[in-house]
Amino acid sequence: MNSTLLADNSEASLKKFLKTLAPVDAVGASARVEMLATRSIKTSSKNWAIDLAIRMVDLTTLEGADTPGKVKALCAKGVYPDPTDLSIPSVGAICVYNDMVKIARDALDNGGGKHIPVAAVTTAFPSGRASMEVKIQDTKDAIANGASEIDMVIDRGAFLAGNLGLVFDEIRTIKEICGNDVRLKVILETGELVTLDNVRKACYLAMLAGGDFIKTSTGKISPAATAPVVYVMLEAVRDFYKMAGVRIGVKPAGGIRNTKDAMKQLVLVNEIAGPEWLDPSLFRIGASALLNDLLMQRMKMRDGYYASPNYVTLD
Amino acid sequence: MNKFEYAPAPESAALVDIKSQYGLFINGKFIAPKAGKTFTTINPATEEVLAKIAYAELADVNLAVTAARNAFTKVWSKMPPAERGKYLFRIARILQERSREFAVLETLDNGKPIRETRDTDIPLAAAHFFYHAGWADKLSYAGHGANPKPYGVAAQIIPWNFPMLMLAWKIAPALATGNTVVLKPAETTPLTALLFAEVCQQAGLPAGVVNIITGDGATGSHLVSHPDVDKVAFTGSTGVGKAIAKAIAGTKKSATLELGGKGANIVFEDAAIDEAVEGIVSGIFFNQGHVCCAGSRLLIQENVQDEVLEKLKNRMNLIRIGNPMDKNTDLGAINSAAQLSRIKDLVDSGEIEGAMRWSPNCTLPSSGFWYAPTIFTGVSQSHRIAREEIFGPVLSVLTFRTPQEAIDKANNTPFGLSAGVWSDKGSRILWTAKRLRAGVIWANTFNKFDPASPFGGYKESGWGREGGRHGLSGYLKGQY
Amino acid sequence: MRIDVMKTYKLFINGSFPRSESGRVYEVKDSKGKFLANPCLGSRKDLRESVVAARTAHHGWASATAFNRGQILYRVAEIMQGRIDQFIAEIIAQEGASPTSAKTQVQSAIDTWVWYAGWCDKIDSISGSTNPVSGPYYNFSIPESLGVVAIFADAKPSLLNLVASLAPIIASGNTAILIANEKSPLCAITLAECISTSDVPAGVVNVLTGKFDQFVSWAGSHMDIDGIDATGVSKNDLTELKELGAENLKRIYSFNELQTTKRMTNFMEVKTVWHPIGI
Repeated sequence: MNSTLLADNSEASLKKFLKTLAPVDAVGASARVEMLATRSIKTSSKNWAIDLAIRMVDLTTLEGADTPGKVKALCAKGVYPDPTDLSIPSVGAICVYNDMVKIARDALDNGGGKHIPVAAVTTAFPSGRASMEVKIQDTKDAIANGASEIDMVIDRGAFLAGNLGLVFDEIRTIKEICGNDVRLKVILETGELVTLDNVRKACYLAMLAGGDFIKTSTGKISPAATAPVVYVMLEAVRDFYKMAGVRIGVKPAGGIRNTKDAMKQLVLVNEIAGPEWLDPSLFRIGASALLNDLLMQRMKMRDGYYASPNYVTLD
Repeated sequence: MNKFEYAPAPESAALVDIKSQYGLFINGKFIAPKAGKTFTTINPATEEVLAKIAYAELADVNLAVTAARNAFTKVWSKMPPAERGKYLFRIARILQERSREFAVLETLDNGKPIRETRDTDIPLAAAHFFYHAGWADKLSYAGHGANPKPYGVAAQIIPWNFPMLMLAWKIAPALATGNTVVLKPAETTPLTALLFAEVCQQAGLPAGVVNIITGDGATGSHLVSHPDVDKVAFTGSTGVGKAIAKAIAGTKKSATLELGGKGANIVFEDAAIDEAVEGIVSGIFFNQGHVCCAGSRLLIQENVQDEVLEKLKNRMNLIRIGNPMDKNTDLGAINSAAQLSRIKDLVDSGEIEGAMRWSPNCTLPSSGFWYAPTIFTGVSQSHRIAREEIFGPVLSVLTFRTPQEAIDKANNTPFGLSAGVWSDKGSRILWTAKRLRAGVIWANTFNKFDPASPFGGYKESGWGREGGRHGLSGYLKGQY
Repeated sequence: MRIDVMKTYKLFINGSFPRSESGRVYEVKDSKGKFLANPCLGSRKDLRESVVAARTAHHGWASATAFNRGQILYRVAEIMQGRIDQFIAEIIAQEGASPTSAKTQVQSAIDTWVWYAGWCDKIDSISGSTNPVSGPYYNFSIPESLGVVAIFADAKPSLLNLVASLAPIIASGNTAILIANEKSPLCAITLAECISTSDVPAGVVNVLTGKFDQFVSWAGSHMDIDGIDATGVSKNDLTELKELGAENLKRIYSFNELQTTKRMTNFMEVKTVWHPIGI
């Protein structure tokens, strides 16, 4: 918690702080990210950037149809994305529902992936519509089962209704449960917040409440991680670092499907937040299909010709 | 920590076929100048010679004007307007087809980044032809009377900062309204105009409707003074604009002038600061600041000065300066040695007069003409850098306390081309926009251009408008 | 028998009727050579004072609502209507016109005021536009007044020319320095008297009499005059005005038609405003 910026933890203090934030002009923000999207990355930088992107992937499955078999396969893929090439790094984390945490943890531990954290989505993901007791229990269960990262959703209804204190207190409560050892990612579900002004407010709210990461979306709502949203979030962590001296991470999730998208994300990170954020401890990409495209691009860079999907594993 | 470096991503110069020597484009053909004189055009990023260019003297000017007159009387004025329009549509399409070639050639000859020629200059030039093509057979709806008439022969002189775009701003409305043209591109940037002559040939444009002559100020002066010219259109410096106004004072020639500026970019405390910083950067560093409508005077409300300047400096650290052909370059070469020395002279004056100069750390290429992005803080209204057009990547920062003070400072100049206003409050934006004495007001944006949007200045920034319905009046004699 | 009271024709600057700073007058005679009046021989300093007055008045006049300007212009027509006989007498005397043609001229002049009065709140709609740019921007163009405009009025028909030049220039929000033709200054001053009693703010209209050759070079070179209606000057004077006016790029025009929107729009600047459309 960064109480130095707030007089106290009351809703009044929070709202007073949020009022000091400058507005965002949506058209200007889009123009900036469109310009950055024209940045061209070649050869040596690209090799490095692809490996970095792989290390940043939170390899995710969040389906009603998830089974132990599916989760185990995902974990295997996360540890050795391409078993024929062991120079390829492991992914940043495996991201699953609460009830799959133990299965994932065990699969990783038994498959050479002790170093890979399991992230659990909690607080009644994806809608966030449950009592606080349920959300607390949801989180406690996940941690007890071995999750070392918690991806919580905020109560968007409360945010849109202006009950910012409620949203703030929920995050603080969950962060208390997480303590210092479990990293808390706060999912803003920006597709439901709609405006960039709301996104900026929600970013600061989450950072002030103690979130270690701010995350765009659940992946269940469209639009998800649009470039302007990521731009506003990266500005928020950059400026928050100046105010509070703490670097908060950013995690776009949803809609980043290929290497080109991932490279554009890295360009945004580099130019908006700064090169310090080009690290899996401060930037993650929530994705599933992305990993294979990164692998194919890596093959192309290595071999000099275009790869076939037949040569990368489905999961 | 690994540093994320963009490897160079140069566009291929092989996309264009630059001839070793170019003639004058008169009456549909490239011909040698009568006296046989030539000059060279160089790549300002490397100082390499690109081509030898024909130097047009009085006899050549006479030939070009005669060709334009004949084309006007015999062909162009007799052609049904809808058919005239089709030629413009053809030109627009060919420009789109050959856009990458034009972008590369423009970057080589001008020094501006390929990202700008590719994404701005050339697409806008094509759009200008497309827009005006549609006007050709609709002029009676344009508010200039039932049957507006063209002047006849238009003499057009364009600058080096947006060579191809300025060509389009001049030629498209002139042809759409039924005039014929003799156009002189700038001495340092003639190549895209000469490539455009090839486009006219490909489009089958009747001979003499567009004539392109190359040369220097003397060539331009012959052209403006030619007795058979009916209309003069000039974009360039205020000094030359005034000389043209004097030169045609005793004649029936009409003139459109797009001249200099010293645009104020006003940032209020409630602005979207991050986007305002982008607007400030675009306002002064777009096209190396070689922009007549640049936001070269930044007026910041004093209580947000520190925040804005800190963010601006951080942002300036990210500006990528260097090879204009690299797709990642933001700031290219200064167009000429002469322009570079003018920028240096004014920057020196700023330091001598007591303003504080700041530039990010950047290494400039060893050959070619370069200037680092620069800001001056602590600037007073009386400093030369606050009054004179620098026409380079140099921003003067001033502060204000109240909206009225911002207006007073913004308007305290003989220029009146552009201004910017940044605020989140609608009523304040409209209040400010109404009081600014400038022809183009960008509110919460900057340096946006469109063929449908009239462009032009108040006061000594010029006569008339280019673009939109208003731009047509410069080429029509009809009654209102 | 009663001796008529003769009228002293003075200048009209910033809402008052001063004598010329030069202290000089010139004699105006009727077509038969009979003495009519000694109007002021205006000087460059009178011009200078007028420009200061016009510049000071400009912001207020340009920011008045168009409806309000229209009402004030119409008020001038109303006041002129009450002075018809005086205008007719002056036109007959200074132009040698017939009573019928003088009357027609005054009526036309009044109707021209009315025509332009009605334009005040319409010219923006006719001459402005919203522009469909390619991108998420609202873009509109509106005409605005140029600023301070000097008028060299044509000699005949004197009143009609004065009104046809002056009315559009102030209808469009400019302020004016009306320089009466030296041959027909009388109704210019009477017009000024009408204006001074018509709610036209001080300085919006200033009227000078004298010789054009006293004014051409000073008006042409004055850096705080933005435009000139040169309808009344000779070809040589026009060239001089344009050459000198080039120094601050004055907008200089001459007109044939009496009632045309061009007389307004040529002394207006088009301002284009961009604003993003977004949430």
